[in-house]
Amino acid sequence: MRLPPRFVNTLVALLLDLVALGTVGILVVIVCVIVVKGIAYIDLNFLFTYPEDMGRHGGVFPSLIGTIFLVALSICFATPLGLGTAIYLTEYTKETMMTKTIRFGVESLAGIPSILYGLFGFIFFVIKLKMGWSLISGALTLTIMILPTIIRTSEEAIKAVPRSLRIVSHSLGATLWETTLKVVLPCAAPGILTGIMLSIGRAVGETAAVIFTMGSSLRLPTSLFDSGRTLAVHFYILAREGISMEKAYATALVLVVSILAVNILAYYIMHKVIAKYS
Amino acid sequence: MDIKIQIRQLSVSYNGTPALRSITLDIYKNCITGFMGPAGSGKSTLITLINRMIDFEEGVRYDGEIRIDGINVLDPAVDVVALRRRIGMVFAVPLPLPRSIFDNIAYGPRLKGITNMTDLYAIVEDSLKKAFLFDEVKDRLMTSAMKLSGGQQQRLCLARTLALQPDIILLDEPCSGLDPISTAKIEEALSELKKDYTIILVSNNTKQIARTSDYAAFFYMGELIEFGETPRIFTNPSQKKTEDYIQGKFG
Repeated sequence: MRLPPRFVNTLVALLLDLVALGTVGILVVIVCVIVVKGIAYIDLNFLFTYPEDMGRHGGVFPSLIGTIFLVALSICFATPLGLGTAIYLTEYTKETMMTKTIRFGVESLAGIPSILYGLFGFIFFVIKLKMGWSLISGALTLTIMILPTIIRTSEEAIKAVPRSLRIVSHSLGATLWETTLKVVLPCAAPGILTGIMLSIGRAVGETAAVIFTMGSSLRLPTSLFDSGRTLAVHFYILAREGISMEKAYATALVLVVSILAVNILAYYIMHKVIAKYS
Repeated sequence: MDIKIQIRQLSVSYNGTPALRSITLDIYKNCITGFMGPAGSGKSTLITLINRMIDFEEGVRYDGEIRIDGINVLDPAVDVVALRRRIGMVFAVPLPLPRSIFDNIAYGPRLKGITNMTDLYAIVEDSLKKAFLFDEVKDRLMTSAMKLSGGQQQRLCLARTLALQPDIILLDEPCSGLDPISTAKIEEALSELKKDYTIILVSNNTKQIARTSDYAAFFYMGELIEFGETPRIFTNPSQKKTEDYIQGKFG
């Protein structure tokens, strides 16, 4: 028996509505739980005071600063490296055995569990290079971890720029670098930014690799070689060790809100770029 | 009449398939030379060799000479970036860069190192006037070029080319996607421009070649069948193929 096409069409539309609603629903539930359970314990004091008694009392100031430094450093290291690799792969070489090997390597790196990056960072940066549990060990480890994401997304964004625009730029007497800088990168900017956002998300939420390389000291990191604790690690320890679920939820709320703030800022910048180049 | 471009025994192949066979042709200064012929005749290939845009194609081999003011531009040692700044090109599809009208036209001059806004504005205004577009866009130079109509975009591309202050302009079927009014505007601009530039116009439209060009070349299957002054080609062609093509018996 064959169902009437109009009925199937309506049914599929309805199912897709449900699927979309379900996805958003899960997200809303998670955020609501965090907000409901955490909001009561959040005030400016929580953000700007030091934790006391392992985090049972007080705030999360050192962790907040530690998170910002760690993520900012990793992004600062990973963006030029990743974007440079993507530009090299797309604009500066033809498809060869070499580029295929690089691409295969990048894809393999993307699939490695973060704990392995942590272990590598611990052995290489912390022990071998004698950097100790520190902001710099953590940042370098996270750099390697997020590099594949930045390379892949940047590459896709750059490939999506129409070839005709490159041809026009060359016909007007631009060199390959001028074409890349003035035409390709501005057009690819929204895609590249999306990759950076995904990377920030990954770095902010990372715990395993961070505990291995940056440690979990509750002091405020004041130099690159200081240990520290990120919000995600703080949340993990508060909840895992049963120190304080209230403070754990409050920390989670700070984490969620700051990721949201970064996203909003990024979209704002993106719209500025799009407005300029369209 | 001075010769601007001398093409000598030029042969081109794509992955072993010949695209042009031993072409010898002179392009005269301050004239419009029309290249016509059916698709695949090699006329577009020929103009992409003149500014070496052919370098972006894969599997191309060429042999022979194209001398511009006596210098062989097919020489591997030629600085192609400098060459392309001397030779403007307008493509079949209007291809504005995704930015403002002003920034589109200032793109080439900026690459040359001109950053002074007064100088840039003078170049932009002059180029737009020469392309018969200035009056239509003078109040919105800072708005996106993508918002212009197809005909306006193509004149923008012509203006952008003129801003390079080239001495040769190559047009690869510039009116193929345009309406008759936009086409007329481009043709009008070209007739004015030939006083200062050497122009090569590739077109599928024989009537356009007849209207605008001073010299016409007819290509077929990679060979130059006939070349001469346009009125003579269209009234008294010496080759049967040329006559058949002009009369629309094939194409």
